[in-house]
Formats: sequence, C-alpha cells, structure tokens
Amino acid sequence: MSGGEDFRVRVVEAENVTPTIRRLRMLRCDGGALPPYAAGAHTVLTLETGGPKLRNAYSLLGSTLSGGAYEIAVLRTEASRGGSAFIHAAVGVGTELTLSTPVNLFPVHHLARRHVLVAGGIGITPIAAMAAELSAMNAPFELHYAVRDEALGAFAGDLALRHGAKLRLYVSRRQERLAVREILQHQPLGTHLYVCGPERMIEAVLGDARAAGWPEDSLHAERFLAPAGGEPFAVRLARSGLMATVGEHQSLLEAIEAAGVDAPYLCRGGACGQCETTVVAADGSLRHHDHFLSDAEKAAGDKIMICVSRLEGRELVLDL
Amino acid sequence: MLLSEIKSRPTYGSLSPSPLATRHIVAIEGAGIKAFEAAFAGKAALLGRTTVVFTPSPDMPPDTLGRLEALGVDALHVSPSVETLLVRLAGLLATATMGTELSVTGSENFIGQAVAVGMAHGIGHRSIATEHSGSLARRVQCVHCKGFTGGVTESPVACGHCGLMLLVRDHYSRRLGAFMGVCIDAEAPGDIPAPEAFHA
Ligand code: FES
Repeated sequence: MSGGEDFRVRVVEAENVTPTIRRLRMLRCDGGALPPYAAGAHTVLTLETGGPKLRNAYSLLGSTLSGGAYEIAVLRTEASRGGSAFIHAAVGVGTELTLSTPVNLFPVHHLARRHVLVAGGIGITPIAAMAAELSAMNAPFELHYAVRDEALGAFAGDLALRHGAKLRLYVSRRQERLAVREILQHQPLGTHLYVCGPERMIEAVLGDARAAGWPEDSLHAERFLAPAGGEPFAVRLARSGLMATVGEHQSLLEAIEAAGVDAPYLCRGGACGQCETTVVAADGSLRHHDHFLSDAEKAAGDKIMICVSRLEGRELVLDL
Repeated sequence: MLLSEIKSRPTYGSLSPSPLATRHIVAIEGAGIKAFEAAFAGKAALLGRTTVVFTPSPDMPPDTLGRLEALGVDALHVSPSVETLLVRLAGLLATATMGTELSVTGSENFIGQAVAVGMAHGIGHRSIATEHSGSLARRVQCVHCKGFTGGVTESPVACGHCGLMLLVRDHYSRRLGAFMGVCIDAEAPGDIPAPEAFHA
C-alpha cells in the first residue's frame, strides 16, 4: 500500500546503456497519461519474476512535468535478490509491468541559491533528473559524477553534451578522485548539497559537509537500501492474527504482503519512515538496517522498519 | 518563554554557536549583549571567526558598547539604527560562503527582520540561532494598507500609515518578519477596547 494508485505499463524501449545498466521506457497500457513528477521522484515497480513478487524502488530519469513516459535505469548487481537480474534478462520491449504513483523523497530545494549535485555510479539517475530540471529553470548548479571507468559511466557523454562545464567527471580507473572538501570550500551561502550513490560515498560526502559547517537543512541524500537477507524467522501479526515466515532473501514487508496484509510503505528502502511498525514482542534480536530510526529508537527495540530490517531469532510479533 | 496557540508564532531558543562553522555572523540589538556574552565570551578561537553587527536599543545596559569591544571579536560594525544594520547584514551575507552561521539576538521586532534577511540569502530558518532579549515589541503589518509599524508594544494599535486601529494577531510571516494587524472596529466603528500590552 504505497498510498497512491498503481498503473499497468508496457515497456516501449529497452536498451543496455552500458554492459551493466539497462534503461527502460514505459507507457501506460490503456493509453492514459502517467502522473507528472518532479526530479528526485521514484516509482515502485512490481516484478513478477515467477517466484515471489518483488517490489523495488527506482528513481525516475529526466523529469517530465507534463506527464509523459517514465524512464528508469537499472544496474545489474551481484548481490541482487533477483530484481535487477530479472530486468536485465527478461524485461524487454512489450513486457507489461505494474508501477506505483511516484513519490518524491529527494526533491530539489527551490529556495536554495545554488545547487551542488554529487553522484556515484548508478546514483546518477535522480541526480541527472535534477540537473535537467535546474538547467531548464536556469538555476545555478554544478554536477560532480564519480564512476569506476568511463564505460560504466552511463549517461556521461549525454550529460557532458547537455551541461558542458557544469559537469565534472571523476574516473577512478584514471586515478581521479572526487575531492569533496575542495568542492565545498567556496560555495556561496544558501547552497544546497544533494548526493546519491553508494552508502560509503554518501556518508563521506555528508561527513565532509558537516565538518565544513554546512547545516543539516542544506544536506540531502537519497539512499535506497536493498532489504538485508538473513536466516528465516516467523512473524505473527497481532491484530489480524496471521502468521508468516520471512524467507532468507525476503523482507518482512514482502512476507507480510504475501500473507495478504496491505502494510504501508513508500520507499521500500529504509529512508522514508512510512513502514514504521510497532513491535509487540521479539523472540530474538532486531537487526535494524534503516536510516530512519534514531540510534536511541533502534536500541529501545519497540519499532521496526519492516521494508529493510529483520529479526535474528525465532519469532517477531508485530502490531499489524 | 513566548507561547501561543498559533503555529506561525515564532519561538526562540538560546544562542549556541556551532564549533564547526567556519565563520559566525552575529546580529545584536542592544539588550542582546547578555545572550551574546553568555554564548561567546571567553572563547577566543570562536571570537576570532566572529563578525558582529550591532545597533543600540533604549533598554540595553549603559556600558554595552564597551563590553562588546572588550570581547575581542574579529570585526565589529556598529550601526545607528536597525535599518542600517540590516543593510550591513545583507552586504555581509551576500559575499559569505557555506559554513557561515548566522545568530540573532534582540527584540522580537529586530529578530524577525534579521531572520528575514538571512532567509532571503538562502539560509534555512531552522539554521538561524535566535535568542530573545529585551523588549517584547513587535513589528506589525497592516493587512489593509500593507504598511509596517515597528516597536508595537500593545494591541490594539493605530497603523502608522493608514491610521486604522489594528488588533495585533499572533499570526506571523517569517518572510516579512512581521505580525498581522487587522482592523478591530470594522463591524462596529469606534468600538475600540482599551489597549493591552503584550505579555509574552
Ligand atoms: S517504506 Fe520507507 S522506510 Fe520502509
């Protein structure tokens, strides 16, 4: 239950932008318009892989405020639970999928006087959309994009064409390092920073910004976590009286959905707080993986973000 | 503590300069000297990165300027009025870089205007430290003629521009740095209650 409406869509373009990144363009099956969204928004795709249904959040490429086609770019990851591998292997032109109304947890802050965008790897997807939006508004920005090698830098050529000197590319294979401190040093008051990429990079960039005295409300990051796997355990839903088993590669949220309960969510990646659920009892210890609860809340153990966190133990009882 | 049921009613905390900020700009109106001393005095490294813009107020301690000079701030700009201070503040913020922290202390009237200047330079209002000291005087915008009347200490009050008697509401505009004033005798002209001073 993501709050909004779901749409059946058909893939109208599918292209491997690089050997590991696949771009999909989708239109509504019934010919209707998809809702408009602003840069930074994501949609949740439901993938019928044959096994259990997978729902993954993907950032939408290039904002279409007019409500046109949706585009996403999907990185094939080794650690994937099957979603990205399925998209790479089995989704092509003509495939029908279900997607959710977009939600924006990573919007451009329009009161800012300048925008510094930092992306690593596939983290470029929301960041490229922001760059396009800022460029269309003629707002001052700069774009820093770190990739392992040029071939993996999806969209690097396209971004260079569109944004010229505003783009700075860092190719680690050429020993080029993103020097965050230098980037942050002379930014005018009223600048906002946006970062999307691997977890370690996000932490490093935000850490450097805080150390340079940037206030929290100028810092924005998007990090979707994949649900962490682990030993299977039982979940009991106190209100509905249902029982389910959470599989090794399944999230609590997925197991609850499979049992037929519509639990709330928005990001499915531990970021938004929508899926916060009260723990009634836990026979074992909670493994919190989210970025939403505070350390104190995690330690207290009476709440859990069911999209990414799980139990290490026998049985978890939730207030659902 | 200034409390109100109205959500837009600003609340103030106390100055607590971040040790990570690379530069501190502090806007002080007269009586705010105490708040500034409490947060900054004796911290040499901090004061060495601090620029103060100051304007006197009638309710400040008699030796305020001397106390301020003795603290050893990096730069001290004294302005004769709130208006000239705000121009100076805007000039400083226009060339400031990220890592600069703005702190404001003085009357409500003053805090509201200085915070509005900070916001106009892209600082989020939550990132501006404010501490109320001295007068409870408010700055009021007449909703009818849009004129601002400063130093208002009681309600109702006559609009300094169109002369209507205004009920000063707790509704506050952060962008304007002003409270809302609405004609009190529109329904029954001349029916004006005795003015009451603001108490918090
Ligand atoms: S759905 Fe967003 S934190 Fe779980």
